[in-house]
Amino acid sequence: MGAQLRVYRSKVKSVQSMKKITRAFELIATSRMVKAQQRTAASAPYARAITRAVSAVATYSNEDHPLTKEKSEVTRAAVLLVTSDRGLAGAYSSNVIKEGERLIELLRGEGKTVVPFITGRKGIAFYKFRHREVAGEWSGFSDAPGFEQAKDVADRLIEAFLAEEVDGGVDEIHIVYTRFVNMVTQVPEVVRLLPLEVVEGDTTPSPDEVLPLYEFEPSPAAVLDALLPKYVESRIFNALLASAASELAARQRAMKSATDNAEELIRRYSRLANNARQAEITQEISEIVGGANALADAGAGS
Amino acid sequence: MPLQVELVSADRRVWSGEASLVVVRTEDGDMGVMPGHAPVLAVLAAGDVKIEPASSDRDEVHAHTGGGFLSVEHDRVTIVADRAAIGAGSARS
Repeated sequence: MGAQLRVYRSKVKSVQSMKKITRAFELIATSRMVKAQQRTAASAPYARAITRAVSAVATYSNEDHPLTKEKSEVTRAAVLLVTSDRGLAGAYSSNVIKEGERLIELLRGEGKTVVPFITGRKGIAFYKFRHREVAGEWSGFSDAPGFEQAKDVADRLIEAFLAEEVDGGVDEIHIVYTRFVNMVTQVPEVVRLLPLEVVEGDTTPSPDEVLPLYEFEPSPAAVLDALLPKYVESRIFNALLASAASELAARQRAMKSATDNAEELIRRYSRLANNARQAEITQEISEIVGGANALADAGAGS
Repeated sequence: MPLQVELVSADRRVWSGEASLVVVRTEDGDMGVMPGHAPVLAVLAAGDVKIEPASSDRDEVHAHTGGGFLSVEHDRVTIVADRAAIGAGSARS
């Protein structure tokens, strides 16, 4: 076997095994994707109930709460970046990080000090590599976040929000996460988490369905106190779930195109290998024919 | 008309169905909700929730919740808890 032919054949082999790997990753991402979507659907009743209750309290009581109070002068802003733990998901993490960088620049432009909080190893690595200080980091759950983890993050953020400025407190908190639109589209998005704006819009009931006049047990303030942190937790949980679904969708897509590329490469290298084989045969034949001719010439000459 | 009850925890709907009586533990003590109850939003303490289903062929449901809140409006009862587990010996929905 000629040298050229051997090179092509080994290339085809290595690309074939790569294709097997990317194909496996694609299948894994697809099956996790289904689970992530189920989890998102399962968390919907909770989010709906909380949002409805919060808007009810907000509509019928004029209670002020530390979590809804806008500070007159915002000097420190926290940014929570939701990134993935693992790579091989195309531009997923870098899109979120880029969106975060834009937001940070904007906040800095407004004269605010930015305090970063990060979930996901990719984001943490990005910040560590640049020797930036991170106020809080969590990792290990990016593709299957549980409520406990969301609660952890929420508790830490709420604590930072309620703390005095000298103790590292912040005046507002933004989340950068990836919204899952559908299997092909996931958009990095920035939302302001705190101070809370109880989002009207899809949460307010239609005009003919008036919210009932609630009694609050034990008191409106106590209900608000219990409800708002849960609302924050639920918002963060939702952001984590949406990001997980987006990550898996991005990974599935990246692995699909890697598999397609591998197929394309295999096809090209097999062609080249065939070409080299054919060239070798042609060369051998012409060598034989040439040799025979030379012999015949030598015989005729003598 | 029976109560429409939903017991949801953060990651799933634990129980839903029709009930004739719901007893929950609020921070001030136990509270029972029957059809026609005034709209209320109550903070729940960690404790048991008892749901008596409207139809007699379903067993009484006992669930343990780790705190949360309860909302009642137009005979719709929503019990929201971070964690909720249905106790042993009760029917699952």
